[in-house]
Amino acid sequence: MTALLRRDLKLAVRAGGGFGLGLAFFLIVTVLVPFGVGPQSELLSRIAPGILWLGALLACLLSLDRLLALDWEDGTLDLLATSPLPLEAALGIKALAHWITTGLPLVLAVPVLGILLNLPAQGYGWLVLSLLLGTPALSVIGTFGAALTVGVKRGGLLMSLLVLPLYVPTLIFGAEAARRGATGMDPLTPLLMLSGITAGVVAIMPFASAAALRVNLR
Amino acid sequence: MSMTEDTATPKRPSGFWSYANPVKFLGLSERVLPALWGLAALSLIVGLIWGFFFTPDDFRQGSTVKIIYLHVPSAMMAINAWVMMLVASLIWLIRRHHVSALAAKAAAPVGVVMTLIALCTGAIWGQPMWGDWWAWDPRLTSFLILFLFYLGYIALWEAIEDPDTAADLTSVLCLVGSVFAVLSRYAVNFWNQGLHQGASLSLDKEENVADVFYFPLLVCIAGFVLLFLALVLYRTGTEIRLRRTRALQAREARL
Amino acid sequence: MTLTIRDLCVARGGLPVLQGLSFTLAPGQALILRGPNGSGKTTLLRTLAGLQPPLAGQIDGAEEQIAYAAHSDGLKAMLSVRENLTFWADVFGQSDIVPALDAFALMPLIDRLAGTLSAGQKRRLGLARMLVTGRPIWMLDEPTVSLDVDAVAQFAVAVRRHLAAGGMALIATHIDLGLEAEVLDVTPFRATQDTRAGASDEAFL
Repeated sequence: MTALLRRDLKLAVRAGGGFGLGLAFFLIVTVLVPFGVGPQSELLSRIAPGILWLGALLACLLSLDRLLALDWEDGTLDLLATSPLPLEAALGIKALAHWITTGLPLVLAVPVLGILLNLPAQGYGWLVLSLLLGTPALSVIGTFGAALTVGVKRGGLLMSLLVLPLYVPTLIFGAEAARRGATGMDPLTPLLMLSGITAGVVAIMPFASAAALRVNLR
Repeated sequence: MSMTEDTATPKRPSGFWSYANPVKFLGLSERVLPALWGLAALSLIVGLIWGFFFTPDDFRQGSTVKIIYLHVPSAMMAINAWVMMLVASLIWLIRRHHVSALAAKAAAPVGVVMTLIALCTGAIWGQPMWGDWWAWDPRLTSFLILFLFYLGYIALWEAIEDPDTAADLTSVLCLVGSVFAVLSRYAVNFWNQGLHQGASLSLDKEENVADVFYFPLLVCIAGFVLLFLALVLYRTGTEIRLRRTRALQAREARL
Repeated sequence: MTLTIRDLCVARGGLPVLQGLSFTLAPGQALILRGPNGSGKTTLLRTLAGLQPPLAGQIDGAEEQIAYAAHSDGLKAMLSVRENLTFWADVFGQSDIVPALDAFALMPLIDRLAGTLSAGQKRRLGLARMLVTGRPIWMLDEPTVSLDVDAVAQFAVAVRRHLAAGGMALIATHIDLGLEAEVLDVTPFRATQDTRAGASDEAFL
């Protein structure tokens, strides 16, 4: 199992783009927001938690179509399906690799981007914490979307259509926790809800993903 | 998913499950449909005319309240259509009856139209009540999310060529989507406590709208249910005929 | 440890393609599948490998015993020959990749990125993967595509050695590998237009 994780990480580093693209996208979205809504710092600091959460979510989404498509094209998924590794575990590992290469860098980069949007000082900790708890769910749900659409040529847009509605609960609780943290309210309730969703999704979604992938491999 | 069934002794299912046979299902739907169309039209005409012209104006909301006769039934059917798709998807995944998968496929566009009607009538009703065409009220928001789920479900059906693969994948999506739709409902409730009035119908008599509005509303709901059934039966028949054409062509092409 | 196929019927795209297939494969035996394009050899191999369910019939002794090689080799262009092979060895719980490299003369290429290999070299690497699986039944779909004469000979030696060690092989190929193997022509087993085997399109006929 660690072999698959090591391979995916190695590929992400070597093929480039793995770490870089998502982060660059996140940066650009964040920079574009003030152009769209105006430079008033009190407005920016009010919407900063939501914008940063949304940016992280879109950056995650952007890299999803590479998650399984490459392994599908070169036949790796066929071979993995006939290997002793259960497909559920393989997809769980691939989601983990996606989180390490996409979600984790976003979490680490978000304080810097928070400065650009005048995020209130008390909000940084809660924003990072909420992203840390929420982004794994984004990767796991995204893996499900990728497994559903892996057989569709140019399925990237379709996958966004399928995955984005599934992101609603995570986004709501994540952004709510970050917002409450930034405005000095108690963020504990949404944080607990967010953790609950992440825990549930991590436990159950690999089975749904594997079921979808098996159908596509037939 | 094991599909190695014993083909030496074909089982002849009786009763309800016998209609899982597409040909038998077509026969039944052809016999039932005319009556269903008639009943649906009758109850819609009676319910809507009764509701629009023979009920008093509400003392607070004036005549705008009458949009309830479209809004409430369509909102109910928007949710019920999804529940029906969920049940049909489960039947397909467990028993692999093709009619079930095709019925779910046929119900989705009907459900999406019901959701749209509920959203539009909600906006038209909301404008004089709240002063805005749209408010991010939990109920409205939930319906908007439901609308997105319908779109995704339909898009997935359209994108996949092999019908069995499409049926399997959309069924899995419907299952997962149902869980997330419920989650979203609670998340949205948490996110914004709304302006929307409470349930118009419930078993608790205290909460209900007054009887004068209530009876024509029941007729309208019956009309929407019948209309939904008729549309789904009709569309399922179309899907079955499409699949039949496809199957015949595939067999022909092999020679 | 035998692979037993009884009265198997396989389908592609909701349509039965082969029916009534029965054969057994004992340790040390190989079976060559022949048949024209589109006759269902690939579908049969994918079914036996467990990638798709059979319509009817029984497959005994295949579970967790099969190493499957399809048209595409599952190689990563950005990983070296060693890394590609080590990965599959790890997945299958093996560790020694040297015999596999030796068998297909890949030692000189060990640190090259797979993306820089020629088509034939990639194919050799794909076949070397079979050796690191440690699985007794090899299922190969057109294994000699883009191989030169020397590489075909290396492959034949690898198969013979595998058989001698009690392994089994099921190979869909058109060329003569010089193996003492039975040949199964799938043509007589092709499903006819009026076949009823439980395929998904039959409910609509």
